[in-house]
Amino acid sequence: MPEKEVKQVTAEELAKSQREISVSEFFVKNKHLLGFDNPRKALLTTIKEAVDNSLDACDESRILPDITVEVSPISENRFKIIVEDNGPGIVKEQIPRIFAKLLYGSKFHKLRQSRGQQGIGISAAVMYSQLTTGKPAKITSKTGKNKPAHYYELHLDTQKNEPEIIVDREIAWEKEHGIKIELELEAKYQKGQQSIDEYLKQTAIVNPHLNLSYKNPEGEKLEFPRAVNKHPVEPKQIKPHPYGIELGILIKMLKESTARNLSSFLQNEFSRVSSSVAKELCEKSHLDPGARPERIAREEADSLYKAIKETKIMAPPTDCLSPITEDAIEKGLKKEVNAEFYTSITRSPKVYRGYPFQVEVGLAYGGSLTNDEPVRLLRFANRVPLQYEQAGCAVTKSVIQTSWKNYNLSQSKGALPIGPAVIMVHIVSVWVPFTSESKEAIANYPEIIQEIKLGLQECGRKLGIYIRKNVRAKEQKERAGLFEKYIPELSSSLSNISGEKKEVIQNNLMQKLKKELPSILAQDGTEKTS
Amino acid sequence: MAQKKQAKQVIEDLGKDIVSQIKAMKNPSIIVPIRALSNINYNEKSKTLELGDKTGNRMFFNVAHTKRFLQTVEVASASLNLINENKNASLRDVFYQVKRTIPGTHTNIVDDQTESDAAIEDLELITGQSREELHINANKNGSVAGNVVIEDRGDTIDWSKLGSGGWSIPSNVELITFKKVTAKYILYMEKAAVWERLHEDKFWDKQNCIIISSQGQTTRGIRRLLQRLYEEFNLPIYVLTDLDSWGHYIYSVIKFGSINLAHISGKMAIPSVRYLGIHTKDIEKYGLEKHLIKFKETDIARLKQISEYDWFKNNKAWQQEFAALKKLGAKAEIQALSSRGISFISEKYLPEKIKNKDFLE
Repeated sequence: MPEKEVKQVTAEELAKSQREISVSEFFVKNKHLLGFDNPRKALLTTIKEAVDNSLDACDESRILPDITVEVSPISENRFKIIVEDNGPGIVKEQIPRIFAKLLYGSKFHKLRQSRGQQGIGISAAVMYSQLTTGKPAKITSKTGKNKPAHYYELHLDTQKNEPEIIVDREIAWEKEHGIKIELELEAKYQKGQQSIDEYLKQTAIVNPHLNLSYKNPEGEKLEFPRAVNKHPVEPKQIKPHPYGIELGILIKMLKESTARNLSSFLQNEFSRVSSSVAKELCEKSHLDPGARPERIAREEADSLYKAIKETKIMAPPTDCLSPITEDAIEKGLKKEVNAEFYTSITRSPKVYRGYPFQVEVGLAYGGSLTNDEPVRLLRFANRVPLQYEQAGCAVTKSVIQTSWKNYNLSQSKGALPIGPAVIMVHIVSVWVPFTSESKEAIANYPEIIQEIKLGLQECGRKLGIYIRKNVRAKEQKERAGLFEKYIPELSSSLSNISGEKKEVIQNNLMQKLKKELPSILAQDGTEKTS
Repeated sequence: MAQKKQAKQVIEDLGKDIVSQIKAMKNPSIIVPIRALSNINYNEKSKTLELGDKTGNRMFFNVAHTKRFLQTVEVASASLNLINENKNASLRDVFYQVKRTIPGTHTNIVDDQTESDAAIEDLELITGQSREELHINANKNGSVAGNVVIEDRGDTIDWSKLGSGGWSIPSNVELITFKKVTAKYILYMEKAAVWERLHEDKFWDKQNCIIISSQGQTTRGIRRLLQRLYEEFNLPIYVLTDLDSWGHYIYSVIKFGSINLAHISGKMAIPSVRYLGIHTKDIEKYGLEKHLIKFKETDIARLKQISEYDWFKNNKAWQQEFAALKKLGAKAEIQALSSRGISFISEKYLPEKIKNKDFLE
């Protein structure tokens, strides 16, 4: 009976409170996904997004990047950030959407090695700035010598996820081309491992072709000069490999395809699908190769997806990647890390889940690096430093699992090795598998861990040889020094008991030492019995 | 006087020999007899330990030898200075004479006295001269009381009239002369505290004996004193130590000589010495079961070592004692006897043992 009294809510009534949640609103509630969890990280993420974009744009346009970064305090917890590059600039029409519309960008749709991937970054920074200070983003862009420079002040409409233009005018700018971004935001500046200073330093290591100047909130000006006058090899865009595709994406691709039939869809939209592979896929999934792609039903797409997994398809081409290369890694390390021994290795490309990837390892040892602490581990993905979530990263796991004792570093079980060393690991891929959207740690794919370990071992072997050789030389020098110090002592007491002049004894002993040091050091220590 | 000249000569010859090697551009070396168990022989006939003829070649230009080489020459130089100045110095004095930091290093020529002591023992072997001949003495150590009158540097000393402390034994007893000895035997004990007990109880007077103690290991001065009393007056000597392997080694050193000083066993060893206690069977006999100290790893290891020494290996009585001790798995101090009364040791334990000839040989 009480049931009757319960007032049922109709679908129509529910609909009144149902509305579209704007993308922007979603992100306001999920700031942490994008790296804006706290004021300290927000500052880092903002600069990171701006610098990564600049570097990507310069590399794509074959321009050697000159970037300046300036962070100045406005009040205790408010900062102004200016990032300026000499890149190609952005055409006028695109400026508002690139900076003030989330999920707008060129990179999301491409399978190509680049620093940014989702097109969320810089507009998220603009939104964060707006949310915390109410100030608009100020953008200046110029695309060529004889073109005008455009100056914009932008807000982001968080309801509609659309840009809101406050100022739009042409200005004079002495620069030939480039972008200047000015943002004001609530933030916290702190030095240390996860600081912007460290991020920029590491960026300079993996981008030796970058010339960077940085003014930090304390007014210090830091220069990171260019070490390599050569552009990185241009990464090639590739089509997705069937093994790497997810069902949802496959359905979307089918819907949007302009191909006339399924067979040509498979051959044109994917890499490594020949006509015979296309035929095999259609047979296994019981689909007509002549069917129109947009007419393929969900269930059919599902069986096509299953067929892909069951069919042997050649690995994707791997010439699409652009590693830093060994020589440039060492140059990058040398200019930012004061050590005495440097080595590096660029592994040949491999494939995980249909995505080509490549591992590079660099190692610096000795010099002014601290002795009794765990090694500094620098992690990079597509030339971007990863500064958070070290413990959960495949790179960290690989370093820990490598047996460094073989290479003369001490190491306790399950820990990083101890010693005066910096180890850097760089992973290059058209699609780097991060553990989360904030892109701070690399997921544990066995293929990737295996490659990192092989790279570490190769560098480790060279390190071990160096340490052994060096330690031996150092010990020998110390011992030779020992005799030199003992000789005057022995000479004076011998002089006392023999009556011979001290100088005569001393000179003879010194001569003998000089002449026969190597054979003296080679002797064994037993007092031979007779 | 002839003796002094000889030591001086030998050290100077050593110096000249090393210098001539240096001038010939050779790696300067000193031949050093090896002082280790591997170079110790037990002479069945004389019943003493003797140094074998194995020698080592200590070289200056050898990373492993160079410091000991330097130490050896340093103590030789210190000894020569003493001889020339006609002075005697203690081991401790020599340590401080030699000890200094080598300029430009953090290395000391000697870090502690055991190093300079070892260098001096090496020098004795190299030169064939005793420590006393090198003008180096040990610190005096140990006390004696009993019915004996001696003369030392012109003073007459009566060992029965020296109050509570007794006569303290110098490191060099060569120059004393015995005027009157009426005591019938000597009791040597490991512990000074036990000596004080017996002295207070006038044990030496009641028993007409001599009581001697040291603190721990028996010094050369005491060993030489014991030997002289034995050789000159034919007094039997009894040794009283804790029941453990270190106590047994004290007995062993007095009787056969020590591994470190095997080269002077002839001057020191007294093969007729007897071991009075504590015996394993005393534990039950005198009810000491509750006053034992359980063995540790090192006790077991040392017991095994001692039982395998050549001079104990074929001694049936001692092997039985070692086996009994191993079975007991514990050690006992002399003072455990105090549990039966403070003067139990002087009134009952010792008189009974000596009367019953209850000792090990």
